[in-house]
Order: sequence, then structure tokens, then C-alpha cells
Amino acid sequence: MLLPAPLLLLADSRLPAGGHAHSGGLEPAAAAGAVTDVPTLAGFLRGRLATTGLVTAALAAAACAHTARAAADHGRASGWTVLDAEADARTPSPAQRRASRSQGRSLLRAVRTASPHPALDALAAFPAPHHPLVLGAAVAAAGGSPAHAASISAYGAVTGPASAAVRLLALDPLAVHRALAELAPRVDAVAAEAGGFAGGDPAALPAASAPALDVFAELHLRAEPRLFES
Amino acid sequence: MGTNHDHLQDPHPAAPARGRPLRLGVGGPVGSGKTALVAALCRTLGRELDLAVVTNDIYTTEDADFLRGNAVLPDDRITAVRTGCCPHTAIRDDISANLDAVESLERRHGRLDLVIVESGGDNLTATFSRGLADRQIFVLDVSGGDKVPRKGGPGVSGADLLVVNKTDLAPLVGADLAVMDRDAARVRGGRPVVFGSLREDPGAPEIAAWVRSVLAEHRSAGPAPGSADAALPTGAP
Repeated sequence: MLLPAPLLLLADSRLPAGGHAHSGGLEPAAAAGAVTDVPTLAGFLRGRLATTGLVTAALAAAACAHTARAAADHGRASGWTVLDAEADARTPSPAQRRASRSQGRSLLRAVRTASPHPALDALAAFPAPHHPLVLGAAVAAAGGSPAHAASISAYGAVTGPASAAVRLLALDPLAVHRALAELAPRVDAVAAEAGGFAGGDPAALPAASAPALDVFAELHLRAEPRLFES
Repeated sequence: MGTNHDHLQDPHPAAPARGRPLRLGVGGPVGSGKTALVAALCRTLGRELDLAVVTNDIYTTEDADFLRGNAVLPDDRITAVRTGCCPHTAIRDDISANLDAVESLERRHGRLDLVIVESGGDNLTATFSRGLADRQIFVLDVSGGDKVPRKGGPGVSGADLLVVNKTDLAPLVGADLAVMDRDAARVRGGRPVVFGSLREDPGAPEIAAWVRSVLAEHRSAGPAPGSADAALPTGAP
């Protein structure tokens, strides 16, 4: 089966949507001494995948399903506000909420420029929609399914911080890539679990939390030097 | 200050920019004087133009703090962008964060004339995307050695204006300004080069005059997007 190229574009780290300036909490974790080498990075990525990764993948899947539903419902956009609030409720750190909205706005700019679609116009009514919502809508606009949205989201949840670790800590990129390869089956498992929530009650979306990541995100705002936005 | 007066073809046809502020990129290696130049432009042009600055410093808000500390611009006209260890990525490959910063300054201040985007210090291959900057200045300094213009690279050869700073240090570091001028002219196809010292001449009048001329061109709607024969105004310094 072909991997649809419009979806590969959304999964590509070269997508010009601002992701390179965000470390997904890796920079403050490194500053706190929690990530120092490839084994501790692998642990960080496993934890992030199981918590933030699951939550954002489920939100992306739900957003993808919502886009399809809204299209069938003559394009009415009601429901985005609910999903946006559910994303807020699952992101206790204000710094992380800002990071998610900032990346959402950048992704929306990129996908609306690249492939305009009515589904994306509805989200443009928000000044800065959460990143997983935009990703889900973009996947739907590209002809993908909620499972695709969950997959791309979960994949990005680990590849973003891994890339930041290579740049920030000068870790061996081959060793980091091996850690990602070992993590790949878990990425698929999390994506499969997250995709199962699509189309259901938004209040029932997973709410796994990572208090350490929340604290790191807040501490990061006051850190000097600070090379990543988040 | 010595200047190259020939103006041939401009390699950077303006992005569709009518009706919004001119976006001016300032790039160059670490320590060459980018922030000093931005501060100079703010001092010299700040009274006649409505302007704002986006900084991309590798060390967080250091550049923005420098501008605030020198009281050249009020706080709400300076935005610092973090670049995730990749200053060139943020001005060339993925300009999202800078576009967001520029647009939010434009929204906050209404009718701005000029937004200066200062890159973090980078290497000779760094250059501003045409999607981010309408025009760009590349800043070198003589203490990096007089061979730098010969090495070329997109910044040296392609910038709309090349500034060679710290000419007062030339005798101390054994840099030959004539060599730099000749080499720069060869790789720049006649586009302007300004030699000077921002320490000795902190108002940078020649560079400010160039910015005025580029702004005048921008305001008169400039060349059609994509046109290849757009020439800089002959009144440039």
C-alpha cells in the first residue's frame, strides 16, 4: 500500500511550521540534568510519548474526525471550541499551552498556504488554535484518516525532542536514531490507542499527565540561556 | 567611508509588499556588529520613521536587552525570537516564528514604516528568505580577516547591501581594505558596499540613507513581484 505523499508532507520535519524552535521540554529537562545521554533521552521520549504524546495524538485524531463530520454537516464549524477547550484542559502548564497554540498557528499558516481547504478556514477563526487540532484538520484535508492523524502526531511527539537533543547536547545522531527506531513500535501502539478515541465524546479523550514536564515547561520561561521556545 | 556606486541588477525582487511595512533583514557572523547597526538605524531613523525590531539571538533576549538598555526603542517595539540552535533555519528554511513576530508587531503598532529582523550570528552561508525580508544587509567586520569577501557565500554575494564594519581595526589586524573592496565588488555584481566603523560613527548615516532610499522604492509600490530587472534607486549611497 502506498504511503500517501500529502500525508508524508505533514509528517516531514522539514515542514516549515516552526517546530525546529521547540524542544518539547527537552531543553529544560537537559538543564535539570534529567537528560544527559542517549539512554536518558530514550527514557524521556518513552515518558513523553505515553503522556503528552498520547493526549495530543488523541486530540489530533478527534480533530480529524471532527473535520470530516463538519464537512458532512455543510461545513459548520461548531465543535472546534469544544475541542480547543479540551486541549486546554489537558495542558495544565500555561507555557505548554502557549507553545501548542504558537505551533498551531504556524502549522495553520503552512498548510493553508500549501493546500487551501475549507476545513482549515474554520480553524483560522481562532487566533491561535492548538497544534493537534490543526494537525488533525490538515490530515483530514489531505484525505487522511483519524488513525493517520494520531500516527503523525505520536511520531512528532518523539522526533521533535530527539532532534532538539542532537542539536543541544551534541548526542551522536546515529545513536539517537537507533533509540527512535527502538521506540517505533511504541509510537504505533500509542497512535493505535489514540485513534480509538476519534469520533467519541471529547470529554472522554485521554488525559495522561506528566507533572515533571509541566514543571520543566514553567521553569524554562525563566531559564538563561534559553535556545528553544519550549 | 568608501562606497561602491554601481547598481546593476537586484537579485531580490521584492515580495508582494505593497501596503505593509518594509521588512529589512540584518545578518552576518557573530560579533560583526549586527546589533550595533540595528541600534544605529534605530537612533538615526527612529525620529522620522515608525519602526520595530525582531531579534534572533542565540542567547535568548541578549540583543533585545541591548537595544532596550541603550534606550533606542521602547520595549513593546522589540520582540525576541528563539531559534532552537539554528539561527539560519529561522531566517531561511522555516520562517514561521519570525513571521509571527513581525506580524504581531505590525498588528500591535498599526502603521509601521519599517520592521528590522536581526539574525542571530551565523556563518557565511546564512541568508534571509525572500518570504521574510524584502531587503537584506549583511554585516562583516575586518577583524575576521580580509579574505572573507573573497570566500563569498550567499550573504556576501547576494545581500542588497554589504557592510564592512570595524575599519578602525584594520591596521591592528593587518586587514587590507582595498583587497576587501576589490573582492566584494567581484562577487557582488556591482551591488553596494559600505565600509565604516560603527564605533567611530555610531549614527551610520550612509547606511541609514540607503535604508531611506530602499524604503522610498518600497513605498512607491516597487517592482512587480518576480520582476528580474528591478534596479536599486541611483540615489543610494
